[in-house]
Amino acid sequence: MLKFLPRRLLQLVPTLFLVSVLIFGLQQLLPGDPALVMAGEERDPAVIEQIRRQYRLDQPLPMQYLHWIGNVLSGDLGESMRIKQPVSELITAKLPVTVQLATMAMVFALLIGIPAGILSAVKRGSAWDVGANVFALWGLSTPNFWLGIMLIFLFSVKLGWLPASGFVSPFEDWRQSLATTVMPAFVLGNAIAAVLMRHMRSAMLQAMGSDYVRTARAKGLVEKTVVLKHALRNALTPVITLGALEFGTLLSGAVLTEQVFSIPGFGKLIVDAVFNRDYAVVQGVVLVTATVYILLNLLADVLYVLVNPRLRD
Amino acid sequence: MNFKYGRPSARLAALALALGLALAGGAQAQSTLRIGLAEDPDVLDPTLARTYVGRIVFASICDKLFDIDEKLNVVPQLALSQQVSPDGKAVTIKLRPGVKFHDGEPFDAEAAKFSLDRHLTMQGSFRRAEINQVDRVEVVDPLTIRLQLKSPFSPLIAQLTDRAGMMVSPKAAKAAGDKFGTAPVCAGPYKFVERVPQDRIVVERFKDYWDARRVTIERIVYRPIQDSTVRLANLKSGQLDLLERLLATDVDEVKKDSKLRLATGTELGYQGLTINVANGEKANNPLGKNAKVRQAFELALDRETINKVVFNGLQKVDNQWVPQASPFHMDKFPTPKRDLAKARTLIKESGVATPIAIDFMVPNNPESRAVAEVMQAMTAEAGFDLKIRVTEFATSLNEAEKGNFHLYFLAWSGRTDPDGNIFSFASCGGPLNYGKFCDKKVDELLTQARTATTFSVRKTLYEQAAAEILPRGGVIYLYHRTLLFAHSPKLAGFKVMPDGLIRVTDLKLQ
Repeated sequence: MLKFLPRRLLQLVPTLFLVSVLIFGLQQLLPGDPALVMAGEERDPAVIEQIRRQYRLDQPLPMQYLHWIGNVLSGDLGESMRIKQPVSELITAKLPVTVQLATMAMVFALLIGIPAGILSAVKRGSAWDVGANVFALWGLSTPNFWLGIMLIFLFSVKLGWLPASGFVSPFEDWRQSLATTVMPAFVLGNAIAAVLMRHMRSAMLQAMGSDYVRTARAKGLVEKTVVLKHALRNALTPVITLGALEFGTLLSGAVLTEQVFSIPGFGKLIVDAVFNRDYAVVQGVVLVTATVYILLNLLADVLYVLVNPRLRD
Repeated sequence: MNFKYGRPSARLAALALALGLALAGGAQAQSTLRIGLAEDPDVLDPTLARTYVGRIVFASICDKLFDIDEKLNVVPQLALSQQVSPDGKAVTIKLRPGVKFHDGEPFDAEAAKFSLDRHLTMQGSFRRAEINQVDRVEVVDPLTIRLQLKSPFSPLIAQLTDRAGMMVSPKAAKAAGDKFGTAPVCAGPYKFVERVPQDRIVVERFKDYWDARRVTIERIVYRPIQDSTVRLANLKSGQLDLLERLLATDVDEVKKDSKLRLATGTELGYQGLTINVANGEKANNPLGKNAKVRQAFELALDRETINKVVFNGLQKVDNQWVPQASPFHMDKFPTPKRDLAKARTLIKESGVATPIAIDFMVPNNPESRAVAEVMQAMTAEAGFDLKIRVTEFATSLNEAEKGNFHLYFLAWSGRTDPDGNIFSFASCGGPLNYGKFCDKKVDELLTQARTATTFSVRKTLYEQAAAEILPRGGVIYLYHRTLLFAHSPKLAGFKVMPDGLIRVTDLKLQ
């Protein structure tokens, strides 16, 4: 049934190699010298030279790449130049934050997007349909940072219900953890919900007009069964692909939203690292997110097979 | 149709309400001071650290040999006194007895020697350049050290009021090596607890602190929140008690809000324009080559108007490298007023054709961009054509180093001793001298000002240097920024210090 899996896993190797070369190469195009940025106001030429030597910035690029990739293969992602912490530690610390935020955002997106999409398709032309479309338009056209700041002003500054920013681990205090992530998750989920709703709607409309749905109705099935068991199941395939891709994007860090809510996740990590030219961090984070992204795509393919029996052979 | 899906909107509303109620209860106990920082600090090792924001955190965990007071006087901290030998080449420092590091180790002459030697010799030390006139550190007795200098160096004690004067526990530093910054052990009023990069740095009261009676708050949490609007929102909603670097444009809002307090001071540094006078090909432009054009440019600027338009008049306009409050500020050189007619005459005399195109590199932040645009309009009237090139910070450093600019908008955070604001910028080959201004006479005067030991002699030397630098040097000084803090009325005892760093002793949460 999942015969394609070993082949796909094997394909990961050249893909990831290519990704690693791209990450390394593209980063070199960034103007600015990491040693100078690191030195900041303290311009001791001897120390700047020493930094270049220590982080091999004085070596030819292919050598730098080989050194980096060699270490990566032995499980060492390097060290942050700025705060002298191993990159793998930073990633392990940030990954749970990003996963929690992405999952909550996805829950929001699915809870809003899928029912809204189904409803607007089934009740096409009704007030429900118009309402759902207006919502989708709003979700798609509202910039995340603006919505984020507005929510902070409403729920934190005016009403005082939720903390304005920061992050608390659910293992420390689950209430605080929910309180700190509910707004950013909603902001992120809101935009995705709109996309999901639009796709769900069109896929459902297509399915509802198909022969098998007509047959199901002719058999005398209740409408609920026709919609949920027959039409929805078929309409879900494109939505799963989309959901997986959106989830992958969320896992690579929601840069603006994390910035607005000061959530210490992947997005913030990578933006700070880019501005500080902290190469090892940028490379490590992008490599990990690329891997996660590719794996999620693979997972979407597996899910297709589970949802759609025709693909099982 | 006769099917039912329930009423999703009603269910969602109920869920949201339940969630809201569940979350509303979690208020924090108020023995913790929460400080909002504008950036995430770099490594917390006094020897390796370089950022301004890192110095704010050090102020609570690492005491220094000396400190400064509100009037910029040097006062003792871990040291009790200092005595300079008649030839200026030996400085004897008496240390405070009974001081302990956070790991319980005693602070004594051996520990002080260890810390200073570490600053001087550790690989990658950013402190070496600050105190490299120190030839060696001698232990005189358990509570006295003597610094033998290569040559007299008057800014030395001022350097010891900052990171170069921070003392670290030898035991912890030896054990941690270059990882010391991930869990620093010093002798400050608070000890390091944890750091979650980009999220928080937590410190707690050190019970054996030498001046423990001045420390009342149990914990301090530093939270980096880069967006200034969000930082302010956090203060308003009670998630922060104090924040640094409030935007000038938010000052009115804070003043109007009865639940907030504003605190201000003037920085030690300045904001200025660096002119490329000799750094590569690009120095060959009228502004870089002709002192008259440079003077015309300065006369075309109206510092007061820039200050009013962009900063609501908050900054202190000036034409010198030290702020007005410094005893080294020179009344002899008043800030020139705008004089368009004279500017035009000077350009005519210089024989340069107008408009004079100038590549103006400006760091990418809203305030700098606004200042640049105002200057563009002002100088256009005198015949200049400022071409503003907004550049991301890291890139601008590289461009400045390479000399790829005519004019560069630069900020300097400032140092306690005037030497820190001028020597590296105006001496031949100085590491921050981006425009490569070089003048033998200026070099000599600035070097003498470092070695002279009396205030009056130093001030005279700086005045002589200024007479050369101000009319034809590589920097046009514009203003000293006002340090802006906002805090909750619950916080008492907060004073803005000239270096802008937050002193945590004597703070109280009511």
